Amino acid sequence: MTTFQAPQAAAGSRIIGLGSYQPETVVSNHDLAARMDTSDEWIRERVGIVNRRVAAKDEGVVDMSVLAGTKAIEDAGLTPEDIGGVIVATCTMPSTIPNAAAQVATRLGIKAAAAFDLNAACAGFCYAVATAADIVRAGTVKNILVIGAEKLTDWTHQDDRSTAIIFADGAGAVVVGAGETNEIGPVAWGSDGSMSEVIRIDDRDSFIHQEGQTVFRWATTQIAPVALRAAELAGVELSDVDVFAPHQANLRIIEAIAKRLHKNGAREDLKIARDIVESGNTSSASIPMALDHMRSAGEISSGDVVLMVGFGAGLSYAGQVVRCP
Amino acid sequence: MSDNVLSGLAEIVEEVAGVAADDVTAEKSFVDDLDIDSLSMVEIAVQAEDKFGVKIPDDELANLKTVGDAVNYITSNK
Repeated sequence: MTTFQAPQAAAGSRIIGLGSYQPETVVSNHDLAARMDTSDEWIRERVGIVNRRVAAKDEGVVDMSVLAGTKAIEDAGLTPEDIGGVIVATCTMPSTIPNAAAQVATRLGIKAAAAFDLNAACAGFCYAVATAADIVRAGTVKNILVIGAEKLTDWTHQDDRSTAIIFADGAGAVVVGAGETNEIGPVAWGSDGSMSEVIRIDDRDSFIHQEGQTVFRWATTQIAPVALRAAELAGVELSDVDVFAPHQANLRIIEAIAKRLHKNGAREDLKIARDIVESGNTSSASIPMALDHMRSAGEISSGDVVLMVGFGAGLSYAGQVVRCP
Repeated sequence: MSDNVLSGLAEIVEEVAGVAADDVTAEKSFVDDLDIDSLSMVEIAVQAEDKFGVKIPDDELANLKTVGDAVNYITSNK
């Protein structure tokens, strides 16, 4: 029987570049309180957000992806010619086709790139990193640009005080490249379609609806085990983890998961991403954006062991251990 | 009303919401008297499920207005 050639597999894959972009316009809790029945205190207590960024009317998922992607490629010390594939994790494109990735690749000057979007909502970035890591390790592509980008404000009813206070816009990106050592751990991922109704965009009105209590219960009980599993799959003790970067859904969810990690051996000085306070919930963009902000602020360093976990609509979830570029 | 359930629940409320366990008495309303919000109620329910081996779904949780309601629900469902 004829067999087929396989690509030359790489020894490992790793994150070699990181970048992010946020729109200029800042919307504070006080701005929201001026136009709807809410208050700074209420928002801080329930979700922990103080400010969020909102994209301009003519600024879309593709525009934000290009700006974040440019920075990640520069950070990797590469040029667009070095990139062979683009994955954009997003759930907020204005229509289902064309996708974002092909346009992003062309705008960045990456010619004939393999390019596709990936929708796992707020888990999208971790799904995309897992996908890219395996493609790179298999030897199919040497360097892949992975972007999480969202314009959630297009899909949020600005008078709905349960969602308008939470969702925001932005993009974060990494370059996943081949390496002599493996520095992206195996992914712990999964889904539960039986709870698909609890976070959804309704056909009828095209706005995000969320059953807050149900999502909160799911996230505070089911996600810490995913993070623990990701560490186990990577062969890393929790005490070896320097940084915990969960999806920035709600500060109280982040604190609840972190508490579980501490009970399971995470260090007291574990650095925990709390970028939601100044950036809001940006779905698939939140993890790379948080890491980029923390690294720029000097809170984390190149070489740190980072435990990431994304979770959200689907319901879907994914986590892995990576080394900070 | 079960004193064991009440004292166990009071410990959970103290840990989750920072309300002194002694203040968690049967007639108190979670929202109006103890100033506990809907998300803290979920955390209390999750811990009560573990501690008492009972299921407290979100739609049942909405009916538990007072500490006494919760104690009665836990006692009759565990």
